[in-house]
Amino acid sequence: MASKKTPEINSSSTADIAFLLLCYFLMTSTMGEDSGLQRRLPPMPNENQEVQDQKINRRNIIVVKINSQDRLLAGSDAIDVSLLKDRIKDFLTNPTNDPNLPEKEVKDIEGFGAYPVSKGVISLQNDRGTSYQAYIAVQNELVRAINELRDDFCKRYYGKVYTQLTEDQQKIAREAIPQNISEAEPKDVSKR
Amino acid sequence: MSMFKQGEKKTVPAMSTGSTSDIVFMFLFFFMVCSQLRSTENKVQVNPPEATEVVKLERKDLTSYINIGPPVKHLQSQYGTDARIQLNDSFKSVDEIRDFIAAERDAMSEADRQFMTVAIKADQNVRMGIITDVKQELRRCSALKIMYTARKPAAD
Repeated sequence: MASKKTPEINSSSTADIAFLLLCYFLMTSTMGEDSGLQRRLPPMPNENQEVQDQKINRRNIIVVKINSQDRLLAGSDAIDVSLLKDRIKDFLTNPTNDPNLPEKEVKDIEGFGAYPVSKGVISLQNDRGTSYQAYIAVQNELVRAINELRDDFCKRYYGKVYTQLTEDQQKIAREAIPQNISEAEPKDVSKR
Repeated sequence: MSMFKQGEKKTVPAMSTGSTSDIVFMFLFFFMVCSQLRSTENKVQVNPPEATEVVKLERKDLTSYINIGPPVKHLQSQYGTDARIQLNDSFKSVDEIRDFIAAERDAMSEADRQFMTVAIKADQNVRMGIITDVKQELRRCSALKIMYTARKPAAD
């Protein structure tokens, strides 16, 4: 008696089914990795809360303004975007302890020790007519300045760049060089 | 003894196609893992500005998108070329951001709400006025973690 073999299922069409699924997912999905500049907005002040930010010392603040022609004003003089980074770095490090540049406060950072932390604040103001491109370019330069300062700090004390450090070390670097960018209340500067 | 069969024709056995599906499935899984479902139709053209210091968005599921830009070509006859805000699937005004944020917040679990990020996807040519309005509205709804979407410049 001949043993009856069940015939093999023809599996060549499975590939077609899988291809259909593949096409479906290709169509309905985007590959794009989203990336961008992260920011924290200041909370909306309450009406009954008195304004406190007037107390910041004059020397501790640098005002970066962008007008509707995308021109840039840092401190008191108009400069190009490419020079902004060095200007900000100078402002935040204050290497010569210039009395016109921000003061430093020796802070005790947990796990590191005392470090003179700059009290400088960058205040970014823009016009309603500023283009978004110029705004992001300036934001980018500000972040770049701070990132480079953090890298300098990390290289000096840990011998590595910021991204290669451990979580705790990164936290120390973040505390030593804080990112104090204040996006000011909107002002209509076009009238002036 | 028929050790050597002379009359039989030698045919090449058919190639087994059974494993093709495995290969395609592997492709499929690859794409499923590294892509996200396109949830909304783009009604505004967004060409994000370039920035070198961008960071990756950490949690996509905790992110809400606000698209700002001029309407796409076939809608321009209807809506004009002025920059508009798109939330989910339709054009919205600045005042409606509040409801949008509230709805997004409700959809998240209690623990995740503090990590909610709002990604502002704006075209590079829009004016800051509209973005300032959006930012003020976000502050009012206390959705303070924001992200300006930007792309890395092509390496030269």
